[in-house]
Amino acid sequence: MEVSLSGWGRYPVQRCRVYRPESLKALKEVLASKTESSYLARGLGRAYGDAALNEGGGVILQTRRNRFLGFDEAAGVVRCEAGVSLAEILDVFVPRGYFLPVTPGTKFVTVGGAIASDVHGKNHHKDGTISNFVADLDLLTADGNRMTCSPDENADLFWATVGGMGLTGVILGASLRLIPISSSYIRVDYHKARHIDEAFEMFEATDEQYQYSVAWIDCLAGGRSLGRSVLMRGNHVPAEELPEALRGRPLHTGKKRMLTVPFDFPSVTLNYTSIRAFNALYYRVSKGSPGVLVHYDPFFYPLDAVLHWNRLYGKRGFLQYQVVFPFETSREGLIALLERLARDRRSSFLAVLKRFGAEGPGLLSFPRPGYTLALDIPARDRGLFAFLRDMDEWVLKMGGRVYLTKDAELAPELFAAMYPRLERFREIKGRIDPENRFSSSMARRLRLVEGAR
Amino acid sequence: MKTAAVLGAASGIARSLAAELARDGYRLVLAGRDGEELTALAGDLRVRYGADVRVRGFDALDEASHRAFVEGCLQDAGGELDGVVLAYGYLGDQRRAERDFAEARRIIETNFTSCVSVLHLFAEYFERRRRGWMCVFSSVAGDRGRQSNYVYGSAKGGLSIYLQGLRNRLAKSGVQVLTVKPGFVDTAMTFGKEGMVLVASPEAVARGVMRALKKGRDVVYVPGFWRWIMAGVRAVPERVFKKLSL
Repeated sequence: MEVSLSGWGRYPVQRCRVYRPESLKALKEVLASKTESSYLARGLGRAYGDAALNEGGGVILQTRRNRFLGFDEAAGVVRCEAGVSLAEILDVFVPRGYFLPVTPGTKFVTVGGAIASDVHGKNHHKDGTISNFVADLDLLTADGNRMTCSPDENADLFWATVGGMGLTGVILGASLRLIPISSSYIRVDYHKARHIDEAFEMFEATDEQYQYSVAWIDCLAGGRSLGRSVLMRGNHVPAEELPEALRGRPLHTGKKRMLTVPFDFPSVTLNYTSIRAFNALYYRVSKGSPGVLVHYDPFFYPLDAVLHWNRLYGKRGFLQYQVVFPFETSREGLIALLERLARDRRSSFLAVLKRFGAEGPGLLSFPRPGYTLALDIPARDRGLFAFLRDMDEWVLKMGGRVYLTKDAELAPELFAAMYPRLERFREIKGRIDPENRFSSSMARRLRLVEGAR
Repeated sequence: MKTAAVLGAASGIARSLAAELARDGYRLVLAGRDGEELTALAGDLRVRYGADVRVRGFDALDEASHRAFVEGCLQDAGGELDGVVLAYGYLGDQRRAERDFAEARRIIETNFTSCVSVLHLFAEYFERRRRGWMCVFSSVAGDRGRQSNYVYGSAKGGLSIYLQGLRNRLAKSGVQVLTVKPGFVDTAMTFGKEGMVLVASPEAVARGVMRALKKGRDVVYVPGFWRWIMAGVRAVPERVFKKLSL
């Protein structure tokens, strides 16, 4: 079935032919038919740009391959098919006292998608990316074989597949190490930072006390307030430390979603003025309050409560831009980026700042030590691409990189310079999939794979 | 403990219904041809609901094996069954069935003849036990014949009439016979096909079936509005209907 498909940012929109096999047998039949010049697996479509698109080719929806295959109680390891979502894992395992070892800002991603993006979360400075918790994964390769990959077995293929954007094959399933919890709550300290330097100071001084750490940053404040932020950092709360009122159901999974955005908002809804007003208000009403008990759902997934929130940006969609600067250049890099953003009256409704920890072995994984900034930018004029191109060059000059899972516009030569392990990735891709049976719109745009169809 | 067997358990709707039953505390016997799929589904139900689930091979078209199969199901269930779900079916290719009788035969045997064979064996058991339920998936396609799928439709229509008779026979034994008539459901059977409107999720259909089972209903359309759609479709005079391209 040919459909118009897009990522979560709803830019770009491309024609792809979609398949939705419900069994391994049906999935193998789709690939063996060779009806399409290339294929790409897709989960819940939360990558923002063209990472999960394959224009003119086949897109294999993994959402019906969502079975749990087993759970090793002693080790806390869950084995599941790639289409299981993080939301399903939480629903099933939180009541039994387990939590996701790493979670991005939405729970509506599949295990396969999370691995292909090697996602990080608010605990990257402590725990790294999700691949640190993948005991092993099953990969269906271009020759139709099933390969088990782990840091010990087929290790090179494992490190090419985690963060590999689906280009090494179809991730069939994985074993994920969960972490034990005794309550659903996080004790969160909110600290206001009046400007970027104060934010840096707070991160450096006390980040190690928190398992989870992130800052909301007002990217429209200028002058002495440039980079003013609210740091939100916390740790899991043991059940015995819960107040009496919450002790009855210490491991509940929270309220179900309540709001939905039923249609496309006019593209002007989120404009410079409204976003600036919101950000200023948000900063003002935030209190520097320590020790607030927050359920994991609003703490990790504030936007999941609003279904289809991407419609707020209107039909033309938006670009999400996430970059990381090494520690040595973070201050200079971020200040210039924020200043340029303000000067061009580019607004971001939500901007997030986080301090990353050590880099993992994933060949195309995004995180590296430094500070990462994530922005939503409405796609309303062509000038945006020139602006982002300038920003990409700046990020590269500062020794940083752009996150592929969010990207829709990076140029191939800048990409190659940002990801020094690309050659190693290409070598493995050439070996495992010499005919480029697996490809994507992103892979072709970035020339990630030489000669990809 | 309540127990049920699900025939054709790997299909989209059956999978969701098996989940509803497991959530409701049933011990399950999952039956079908694709052992690998059934094993995966069984694992899923164990992890999600802590369910006690067995897997058993079942080939609808091998009627000679049905008696042994039903006995095996009873053993798997620990000697007693409270219910059986028949959820397998074969849509087939109407055009091919018109030219090639082998295809027509396969559609009729899968959707009708084999059902008579296996349901009679279960009926014997439930009649003796004097309680229990039988939940059988027919189709709205069986409510009126139309050119696009009348081989499938006539087999399902036959099944619906068979179930009326079976219900009549088992009523005095206190056994519920539920005929399920799903409209368009978002499964592999309908994915990507043209002309699909008002498509329901398998989860919603399974919840509807579960409610009907608990209320002791005889016939249920899922989603419920299909009852009114099909009443309208049935009301069109044949003189007019024969000229429509449906």
